[in-house]
Amino acid sequence: MAIYSTNEFKSGLKIMLDNDPCAIIENEFVKPGKGQAFNRVKIRNLKTGRVIERTFKSGESLEGADVVDVEMQYLYNDGEFRHFMVPDTFEQYQCEEKLVGEASKWLKDQDNCTITLWNDAPLSVTPINFVELAIVETDPGVRGDTSGGGGKPAKLETGAVVRVPLFVQQGEVIKVDTRTGEYISRVKE
Amino acid sequence: MIKEWQPSCTIEVLRLRAQLFNSIRCFFSARAVLEVETPLLGYACGTDPQLDFFTTDYIAHPQRDTLFLQTSPEFAMKRLLAAGSGSIYQICKAFRNGESGRFHNPEFTLLEWYRVGFTLTELMDEISELIQTLSLGYLSLNTTQRFTYQDIFERTTGLNPLTFSYVDYSAFALANGQPEAMTICGYEHGLWLDFIFSHHIQPYLGESALCMIYGYPACQSSLARINNLNPLISDRVEIFINGIELGNGYYELTDAQEQNKRFDEEIAIRLENNRPATVKDKNLIAALECGLPECAGIAIGLDRLMMVLTGSLTIDEVLSFPVRRA
Repeated sequence: MAIYSTNEFKSGLKIMLDNDPCAIIENEFVKPGKGQAFNRVKIRNLKTGRVIERTFKSGESLEGADVVDVEMQYLYNDGEFRHFMVPDTFEQYQCEEKLVGEASKWLKDQDNCTITLWNDAPLSVTPINFVELAIVETDPGVRGDTSGGGGKPAKLETGAVVRVPLFVQQGEVIKVDTRTGEYISRVKE
Repeated sequence: MIKEWQPSCTIEVLRLRAQLFNSIRCFFSARAVLEVETPLLGYACGTDPQLDFFTTDYIAHPQRDTLFLQTSPEFAMKRLLAAGSGSIYQICKAFRNGESGRFHNPEFTLLEWYRVGFTLTELMDEISELIQTLSLGYLSLNTTQRFTYQDIFERTTGLNPLTFSYVDYSAFALANGQPEAMTICGYEHGLWLDFIFSHHIQPYLGESALCMIYGYPACQSSLARINNLNPLISDRVEIFINGIELGNGYYELTDAQEQNKRFDEEIAIRLENNRPATVKDKNLIAALECGLPECAGIAIGLDRLMMVLTGSLTIDEVLSFPVRRA
């Protein structure tokens, strides 16, 4: 695997730190005019999701991590594992529920998502930014209310609960931003 | 979206730079300080163990020579002082290889000046006046603050910066979630000071005010004189606004022998750290032997000062073309 020096550190670079694969979020070059140069680096541990700050002496280097993001299609949940497939190669991957984490509430069969692989094993699952899901349960809205003021909770087919405007009805399909969990719009069938 | 050919700063910032240069020239002209120009390309270079330089080939038929782009105009300006120039200043480019980041561009603009007969305290008064003058209309600065290095270090960290204690320094690093400091700094006092100062002290210096830190530990003296009352500290000053380091000044070393010794020590450190070899400036030593008048001097990064005046987050916002676009 490649070796990266502090001056090659940039946002998104995947490196190994304390035996875990990590992604660099931010790299700040800090140098007192007459003193030692440091790189103060914000790093996300890709296994735990935790963000840490670590300082390196400029010129130090770290081993790269074999981490790639692959577009896959979500197939099904067998109760123990979630199964995904690379559409082009039909190659399949299984992923433990705990690795799927928060993403599980946006996963619908056949939908695309991004799987992060470390040494060809799934590390995490990221849903696409916008999903379209049907509402399976919500209170009937008040007739004539077309504004978004207030809103009400709605349960979606994947189990996620989002706030929707009062005029949105059970059975309708809505578009949701998975990064914020916010309702965007109704989707016309 | 800014295109690659376009400057990374606004036209307004170009105007500010021109105005800043003009104000600086007025300031020094009124004080009868002479503007000078010295070479950017030279046969010798600073020996600072922490700086990397650019070299270039000079085709001087029949041979080829290596020339250095200057990391600061200091040596050449001191030769002028030794030649009897009196107080001088210069606005020029300086070059430091490998330095690039939010606050760094490998090519940057320095204002450097020397005051013959000034003590460090007198120079600090003048620095304050200049910065206050240049800030007028851009940034309202509170009263200038002055702290000794020891005072600010102890106040912020509870550690004594003048005497090294591996145990105390490590305990501080651990308590602040930075165990890596122990690996990075080991038993090197100077490295620990750089680490702790740049992480825990500097970011908080000079909130809406010019903050001057003086009396640096002797192990960080660089080209400053050791204080004649306390051998543990040097007559060096650094200035900050809003946590940004703007400049570094000294009560200048005039002792040729001491200067020569520091050059040799620094060259040895460079060798040890596998840094590219540098050529000691024999002309500077010769000038010091002939006699450098007692003086104090400082270099201020004008790009950084412009960042502070405009509230910019990156140096690119005040440069026409940062190195990526140059």
